[in-house]
Amino acid sequence: MTANIVLSKGEYAVVGKRPVRPDGVDKVTGRAQYGADIRLTGLLAGKTLRSPYAHARIKSLDTSAAAALPGVYAVVTAADLPFAARSKEELGGEYQRLKFASNHILATDKVLFKGHPVAAVAAENAHIAEEAVKLIRVEYEVLPPALTVRAAMAAEAPLLHDDLFTAELGQLADKPSNIAAHMAFEKGDVEQGLAAADLVVEREYETASVHQGYIEPHNATAFWNSDGQLNIWCSTQGPFVVRSAVADVLRHPVSRVKVTPMEIGGGFGGKITAYLEPIAALLSRKAGRPVQLLMSRMEVFEASGPAPGTWMKVKLGVANDGKITAADITLAFEAGAYPGSPVMQGAACALACYDVPNGRINGYDVVVNKPKTAAYRAPGSPQAAFAVESVIDEICGQLGMDPIEFRLRNAAKEGARRVEGPVYRRIGLVECLEAARNHEHYRTPLDGKHRGRGVAAGFWFNRGFASSVNITVNPDGTVNLIEGSVDIGGSRASIAQQAAETLGIPYAAVKPTVVDTDSIGYTMVTGGSRTTFATGWAAIEAAEEVKVQMRARAAKIWDAAVEDVEYREGVLSHKSDPELRMTFQELARQLLTTGGSITGASNVDPAGEGNGFGVHIVDLEVDPDTGKATILRYTAVQDAGKAIHPSYVEGQMQGGVAQGIGWALNEEYFFNEQGQMMNSSFLDYRMPTALDLPMIDTVIVEVANPGHPYGVRGVGEVPIVPPLPAIGTAISHAIGRPMTKLPATPGAVLEAMW
Amino acid sequence: MPGLVHVSTTINGNPTDFLCEPRQSLLEVLRDTLGMTGTKEGCNDGNCGACTVVFDGRIITSCLALAVEAQGKEITTIEGVASPEGLHPVQQAFLENAALQCGICTPGFIVASKALLDREPDADEGRIRHWLAGNLCRCTGYDKIVRAVLDAETKMKA
Repeated sequence: MTANIVLSKGEYAVVGKRPVRPDGVDKVTGRAQYGADIRLTGLLAGKTLRSPYAHARIKSLDTSAAAALPGVYAVVTAADLPFAARSKEELGGEYQRLKFASNHILATDKVLFKGHPVAAVAAENAHIAEEAVKLIRVEYEVLPPALTVRAAMAAEAPLLHDDLFTAELGQLADKPSNIAAHMAFEKGDVEQGLAAADLVVEREYETASVHQGYIEPHNATAFWNSDGQLNIWCSTQGPFVVRSAVADVLRHPVSRVKVTPMEIGGGFGGKITAYLEPIAALLSRKAGRPVQLLMSRMEVFEASGPAPGTWMKVKLGVANDGKITAADITLAFEAGAYPGSPVMQGAACALACYDVPNGRINGYDVVVNKPKTAAYRAPGSPQAAFAVESVIDEICGQLGMDPIEFRLRNAAKEGARRVEGPVYRRIGLVECLEAARNHEHYRTPLDGKHRGRGVAAGFWFNRGFASSVNITVNPDGTVNLIEGSVDIGGSRASIAQQAAETLGIPYAAVKPTVVDTDSIGYTMVTGGSRTTFATGWAAIEAAEEVKVQMRARAAKIWDAAVEDVEYREGVLSHKSDPELRMTFQELARQLLTTGGSITGASNVDPAGEGNGFGVHIVDLEVDPDTGKATILRYTAVQDAGKAIHPSYVEGQMQGGVAQGIGWALNEEYFFNEQGQMMNSSFLDYRMPTALDLPMIDTVIVEVANPGHPYGVRGVGEVPIVPPLPAIGTAISHAIGRPMTKLPATPGAVLEAMW
Repeated sequence: MPGLVHVSTTINGNPTDFLCEPRQSLLEVLRDTLGMTGTKEGCNDGNCGACTVVFDGRIITSCLALAVEAQGKEITTIEGVASPEGLHPVQQAFLENAALQCGICTPGFIVASKALLDREPDADEGRIRHWLAGNLCRCTGYDKIVRAVLDAETKMKA
């Protein structure tokens, strides 16, 4: 493996090391408590009845036989949601938002995707609940579905919502449509830029819906006490987001909702939406007992996630010297049954790697009869990168230019303005491109028939948002670190390391605990590559506050002025009297007899972006008889700013690459004409296994982020962006034809070859 | 409601008796009747390997076995991998190699990896990848898992 490239200057004692994670032993012994593992006295099992149709009107709904089954304690439908009792007049401007949110939980007049919840039952055990669900009678009037962006955008398309009017560049259209919104970003003069180009390439691209594929299905356990206190235990990336969503849709005060995040078995953006929690809460209120709902794998595929399928068009103009003169891009993203695809993020990421003088990006958010899309690792960016990077690769071919050289000539640097407005601070794309170009992988020629190499770059914003941390000093010189960030991949370690570094104490002296929404300040989701950045920042600030209080306490004990007390590397000392000196541990032991415990608390909301970039190189071989592509070698280079725990940074990079390989090569939602998913199991959806992948080499580049005390940029999203175009272009080179659709399944590759 | 069946089995070396319905899976009884929630459910149709246990010397997905089939058998779950003296080398290697991120697939991987090394102490990378192809991990890309198993193999021989 190639050594990581450290360009940042900081010297650290704990940051940058690879300690064992604090929750590690629990997770290798089976003791860690995930959402489905919680057992409460009197716990009932819930089950949801879901629509068998992609688009249908509910004509009647009869739950009486289910309610009458022995062992059944509660049955709920949309009539039990507060929205059912509220009028359009009362809700005013909130009407449509609440209607969509409420109907997504439990359908009222129409079902909009196969798997849309219609009713739910709580019973003595899951088997009885399942039997009861089968007794619910629903009469549907089946409607034709709209299944792809292009079909849904057509003039004669069946309408999902008769009251959805396109938000057309800020104005509401006067006729209902499946196009929820049309947005645009523009910079410079695109027509002039295209006219000045020596070469213009224009192509259309499509990608299929894919699922986040976390191994742990969604789960929710709720107990609605008779005093109105609602307690929820679930596996979520964002306990505070679940709290707001539940409070909103149940019209219950946030202060009466406590969400306890259990350990989470993967999320990748897909475990932010509250699907089951409101239903479990309603069932519990009716039954007077705690209720647990667990999704089956089929339900996970059919009613959670996916990332949007897309249709995209990219037109790029370049001069003969390889400089981009203009870009004109159209992105149309499936939102699923309700508005809200990540097309805006896709539009903002599409050209983010390049300093483009003239650019225009039009984005369309389109509702279709599929599950409502959810965030998936760098939402919108992989698809947009597939389209843009593939065109760039074609241009490189036509210009006879090395693809990394082309990217270096156009790379965004400090001071460059993105098409949607922001100006970059110090970023590390150039350093990543240079590291890729110098890598032994890139310098080794790829020989052999039907083989191809692909290179691509990728971007994610890495924004901060709110996080809170409390740190309390224990009498034995350790500290308890209380945080609101769910640990999905080692963040207890990376946050504890930053606290330890700041306090100048050993890593093992920091004991991190993730707590419920009553026990810490608001903390945004574990997602968006923000946790090590923003919650790490909160830990640093809380640690600084501890240091302030420790200095004051030492001053009090020594009867000295606080300005005369220094705190350095875990030691307190008097500036002028060398006899007055105490370690952190020695002072900690005295706290309870000198004025009481010390807690540093912080609530942060860091402004600005970390701006992550990565460059990937892939070699693959296509079997000309079957069309199957096999990955031969993969190298991922990424600027992490500062890798707090390099092993988990590498892990993020490798995991993102593996998901990207799945997205590029096999994964897709396969629907029949009625909009029913035909491959809703792991066997048929076919994510990569250990046998499908080689080792994934990583190079961490460290160009410190000027917007973080240790230079952290965030790492989770970027690595899923380059694989789509890198693999697509590698296949194009292997077969000599452009791959314009993903996934490049064996069948799709054979078709492209014919 | 079908009648309950009495099953006598051995789990992690302990004689264990339970009552179950004939339709209940071994996974369901382990988790819900016996409270052994270390064995995870990821798909309930035998495709993800999160519920892997050793069943009379063979690894199986416990979601595809009926609990009544446990009669007279020897079963090892993740709870039986560590000893009171400490972690098994495979568990230690997973920790030191950062071979887990979210951790939900980890019990299944550890049970399967230990079963491999118990019978093939010289398994190479290709063999490890083949053996573990029935266990899905969505976080790691398998790189660090395979390295952890190779590391455990080295340490077990030392």
